[in-house]
Amino acid sequence: MAQQSQSALIRWVDHRLPVFSFMQHELHEYPTPKNLNYWWNFGSLAGIVLVIMLVTGIFLAMQYTPHTDHAFDSVERIMRDVNYGWLIRYVHMNGASFFFIVVYIHIFRGLYYGSYKAPRELLWILGVVILLLMMATAFMGYVLPWGQMSFWGATVITNLFSAVPLVGESVVTWLWGGFSVDNPTLNRFFALHFLLPFVIVGVVVVHILALHQHGSNNPLGIDRKGPQDAIPFHPYYTVKDLFGLGVFLIAFAAFVFFAPNYMGHPDNYIPANPLVTPAHIVPEWYFLPFYAILRAVPDKLGGVLLMFGAVAVLFLVPWLDTSRVRSARFRPVYRQFFWLLLVDCVVLGWVGANPPEGAFITIGRIATAWYFLHFLVILPLLGKLERPLPLPTSISTPVLKGGGLAGASAAPMEKP
Amino acid sequence: MRKILLATLLAAGIAGPAAAAESPKAPAQEWSFGGLFGTLDLASAQRGFQVYKEVCATCHGLYHLSYRNLGDIGFNEEEVKAIAAQATVRDGPNDQGEMFDRPGRPSDRFVRPFANEKAARATNNGAYPPDLSLITKARADGPNYIYGLLTGYGDPPPGTVMGEGMNWNKYFPGHQIAMPPPLTANGVTYSDGTPSSVEQMAKDLVTFLAWSAEPEMEQRKRTGVKVILFLLVLTGLLYAVKRKVWAAVH
Repeated sequence: MAQQSQSALIRWVDHRLPVFSFMQHELHEYPTPKNLNYWWNFGSLAGIVLVIMLVTGIFLAMQYTPHTDHAFDSVERIMRDVNYGWLIRYVHMNGASFFFIVVYIHIFRGLYYGSYKAPRELLWILGVVILLLMMATAFMGYVLPWGQMSFWGATVITNLFSAVPLVGESVVTWLWGGFSVDNPTLNRFFALHFLLPFVIVGVVVVHILALHQHGSNNPLGIDRKGPQDAIPFHPYYTVKDLFGLGVFLIAFAAFVFFAPNYMGHPDNYIPANPLVTPAHIVPEWYFLPFYAILRAVPDKLGGVLLMFGAVAVLFLVPWLDTSRVRSARFRPVYRQFFWLLLVDCVVLGWVGANPPEGAFITIGRIATAWYFLHFLVILPLLGKLERPLPLPTSISTPVLKGGGLAGASAAPMEKP
Repeated sequence: MRKILLATLLAAGIAGPAAAAESPKAPAQEWSFGGLFGTLDLASAQRGFQVYKEVCATCHGLYHLSYRNLGDIGFNEEEVKAIAAQATVRDGPNDQGEMFDRPGRPSDRFVRPFANEKAARATNNGAYPPDLSLITKARADGPNYIYGLLTGYGDPPPGTVMGEGMNWNKYFPGHQIAMPPPLTANGVTYSDGTPSSVEQMAKDLVTFLAWSAEPEMEQRKRTGVKVILFLLVLTGLLYAVKRKVWAAVH
């Protein structure tokens, strides 16, 4: 306890500003289920990637020029003449991709283990808000280097708003700050790309606040019954998260140093040219499933609504899923549908990467229909029809019985 | 409108969507700079610079490079100064308010071959020769594609309708390219005595262009090896600590 700390200085500070008590409470005393698996690493990992993006982004902003005549050249100057500029930019560029990888895994983990169910609905909703903010930030960030894909991606996506009835055209002009994607557009995208990450930080703080109210869900999806089910976050999960961070950084470094442009599009190394349209305009890979949904509908407004609906439906998941069992471990039928949804999203991404011709149109439409069918029909029905497996009585029970370790029958864990 | 746009695209050297699909993928070549530990073959890059200077520079710029950068591929200071001095740089205004020409300096950017895009198109049958600074990064599978393009000229298959002034190329999207075959055997006399076949020149040129697109490549890979080795050890240690801390829980 900070109040009983040996150091008079710590006691003095803590009496006036309880930062030490706060850390003690939220890290050391904060009870965490003892059975979290490695899929639970991705939350803290996402937080760390956010910090990496903020730090590299601020250093990039010191060298970048948000003007249509200079943006492309200023990025190349960063790559060539700024000390370690290539490293900062490649970390930022690949960091965006890895941010989405981490967050998508985090979301699918939540879907598998039912982490969105009561009492964690608001925690989930805040997470979807973060996803939306991330998408906006990533989209505007991709525009900044002012390459061909930057320009045409911005043109295609901002033009979507023209589908809004009556005011669509005016909205697009307002977004552009003119009558085409041009310097005012680039300027405001830079300002917003700088601002939104701090908004994300704010929502992340609230996300963690909501998390700490009831603590983490766990692979069994049952509530903690007592102190024997929990361990303090520190040192157990701090060290586990650090090990996970190490594994993550190895994969991240492999891309940054050995394949920095693998996830990018070569066309973005061609300066933006409003008079030359690229053969295929494709967004970054993490938007491809949504792009496929957009193009699955022959009607522009319909496509736009469905694309936004694909994210919006996530807000409703806590209420669409009517099952009272959280973890898919005890929901044999839901588990099948979960994997099917994952495959469906990969198929959507594959369709999004290909031109909308021939079989891709049909496959894209089926996959889109399945995506919404999963959330709007299957989730509500399954909760009523499925017979879940019997739940364990507490977190400690299966932990102690399972594993087959000789020492597993030892006395319940004591705090060391 | 669509027709005009398509014609513009073709003239610009960028094929329409339909044509793009049918070009074969250029076969993979052995590159000194490929792979995890690849390093730049400096002699080849220097020869490639000679090819660029004597052949490509007539039409293609290298805007993102400065003459001083040539030091990176092994030219010494005197050589860099001499290369820069061969260029004429428009500078000014001077104290009289007039623009003037002067010999290039190592700190100057590579001088562009044309004053502007319109001038470039006017002398190139309407096509715009792209800047080559980033070309190997700006094309899918860049080095192999550029090599394929430089060596892929030939006679059009019978029945092909060629546009005026266009040349048939196996690997160019749509097969019709405005650039005439740039390399001819012995077109360049290498100072180090390497026989200058078309394949040799293409290879040297691509090595040079790969450097100009990614001058940080060697440093990046060298740093990467160190970073990953460090992370492997660190992660191993963290795993050991994790096992120790968790020993009581399991």
